[in-house]
Amino acid sequence: MRFALTEDQVALRDAVTAPLAAGDWDALAGIGVFAAMTDLGLDETDLVPVLEEVGHAAVAAPVTATAFVAAPLLLALGDDRAAAGTLRVAVAGPGGLTPFGGHADLVLHLDGGTARAGGARVKASTVDISLDAVASTAGEVLTDDPALVGAAAARAALGHAAELVGLGRRMLELTVGYVKQRHQFGAPVGSFQAVKHQLADAYLGLEFARPAVLAAAWALREGAGAREAVDGAVVLAADAAHAASRAAIQCHGAIGYTVEYELHRYAKRAWALAALATPGDRLDALATTIGLPKEL
Amino acid sequence: MISLLDTAEEAEFRAEARDWLRANVPGPLPSGDTRDGFAEHLHWERALFDAGWAVVSWPRRYGGRDASLWQWLIFEEEYYAAGAPQRVTQNGIFLLAPTLFEFGTPDQQDRLLPRMAAAQDLWCQGWSEPGAGSDLAAITSRASAVEGGWRLNGQKTWTTRGAFSTHLFGLFRTDPAAARHRGLTYFLVPLDADGVTVRGFGRLDGDEGFAEVFFDNVHVPADAVLGEPGSGWQVAMSTTGSERGLTLRSPGRFLHTAQRLIALAAAQGDRLRPAVRERVTRAWLNARAYQLFTLNQVTDLVEGRAPGARSSLNKLFWSRLDIELHEIALELLGGEAVLDSPWTRGFQFSLAGPIYAGTNEIQRNIVAERVLGLPRA
Repeated sequence: MRFALTEDQVALRDAVTAPLAAGDWDALAGIGVFAAMTDLGLDETDLVPVLEEVGHAAVAAPVTATAFVAAPLLLALGDDRAAAGTLRVAVAGPGGLTPFGGHADLVLHLDGGTARAGGARVKASTVDISLDAVASTAGEVLTDDPALVGAAAARAALGHAAELVGLGRRMLELTVGYVKQRHQFGAPVGSFQAVKHQLADAYLGLEFARPAVLAAAWALREGAGAREAVDGAVVLAADAAHAASRAAIQCHGAIGYTVEYELHRYAKRAWALAALATPGDRLDALATTIGLPKEL
Repeated sequence: MISLLDTAEEAEFRAEARDWLRANVPGPLPSGDTRDGFAEHLHWERALFDAGWAVVSWPRRYGGRDASLWQWLIFEEEYYAAGAPQRVTQNGIFLLAPTLFEFGTPDQQDRLLPRMAAAQDLWCQGWSEPGAGSDLAAITSRASAVEGGWRLNGQKTWTTRGAFSTHLFGLFRTDPAAARHRGLTYFLVPLDADGVTVRGFGRLDGDEGFAEVFFDNVHVPADAVLGEPGSGWQVAMSTTGSERGLTLRSPGRFLHTAQRLIALAAAQGDRLRPAVRERVTRAWLNARAYQLFTLNQVTDLVEGRAPGARSSLNKLFWSRLDIELHEIALELLGGEAVLDSPWTRGFQFSLAGPIYAGTNEIQRNIVAERVLGLPRA
């Protein structure tokens, strides 16, 4: 057994933080983020640390969908444009709701073992306005190979989980910084146990979600117990990011309940991604997988 | 490269451990926190020792099998999966031993470790005092230098299995003039020494699993000191790392409890309420998350990245998980939860988790201050 990032994986992760912060799609393509799963021969365990950084940066572009979901799927169908970074691809969620569908070149629908290209798009108003979401209608069939489509759908879910961990980390970092400089009663509010304990608990949730995300990446790579591992990673990451958003807003006080300060962007992105990742359905599926009977 | 699969060598070790445990694990024993139950557990500990499974990660010359940290973790997984008894020797082999390996003289190691492994010497931890719990540095038990050694006076309390143990490791103040954390010394004390009085008393579950230990002019020789006189705090902190981290609570224990919980829930068939079904699933998922966290931590340890204050994260997580698993079981049991049973006993014991090894309030302070970097009060 060996279960930690390699030096190469850490190096790739660290290389993407600056272009992600700048929202520089071409720089990401230059590093090979979109070709990682194809030309570069990297795998899911190499990419999830990168996707955590995508979440951390709250990038307003479909980086995860293009690099992690579309590039390997489309290449298997003979189309290398996503891997080259020249085709921006968004992935439709439940009901055709598609983050970054507004300026994507292609919307992918991955339902019931079939991959379809999106047809008509209608702008959707969402909690996170930077999400540029649309309601997309499924159109032309791209493939009905269940292995290809299943893997793509699992990667889409795992991508959400990885981003959620990154978003949670971003909210926590922001809050730690704030409570160190915000003074009340003559002391930094971060010196009070009531604040410390909330942030320690939020951190705890994130630190226990991250290994589950990495383990699900490994399971996808190996094709062993992948569905169960991805479902579990989504549930843990969604819970952890939600808890981090709650602690972050509370520990900021009133400034956290404004749009004049950046925290709301990460919180809303986390709420949106968690909703799209359907953790409730996944928890239900997990219950069946571990052998629990269900009321009829 | 990441892999969650056993190597060939690890698989072989796992098979060997599993086979031996299947053939040798006794049926349920009475609680090891009672006098009679403790005696029965000692038979089991000696069987483990004779077969070389008592302290797998130790060197062979002390009764171990030089197992790697991975193999230790595998053994723990198989141990709990086999339904094997609690380890009544744990305070010695899991808490004191790592400290002895780090700070002990060769003579102390040769003298103490083989007897500890063979469950001949049984160690309890003497830290808490009536006036010093979370604030461990407030201890007032003292040791004075005398001809040929030290003289101990004072009182320890909440000492787990103290009434059944033969030895105590603990902190005593050797320099009353020094600041709180300084002037403490780590002592290794035989409980049959003149002047030691041990009084056992009941824990929440009624078992005599606690004791208070009184020291009245107890003489110990100079080599009863572990580490340097005055350096007791640093020596003790290495034990707390073990206690909070994975060596005391490996994931195998909670995975096994989660499997028992799933079986209990599945037995309800169609009567299993959706809300409870969901809670069982979350608890199982948390046990799995603890396992994955520790696999990551073991990799870091093996590759030389010490967890430091992050061992407080283990403690916060496993103590909450243990309560979660047992609370759900009580809900599943319904009216039967009034009966004395392994689940109701386990629930009561789980409530100690957020208290011992440093309360969870202290652990959250440690995480906030030493991991997140928040200012001290």
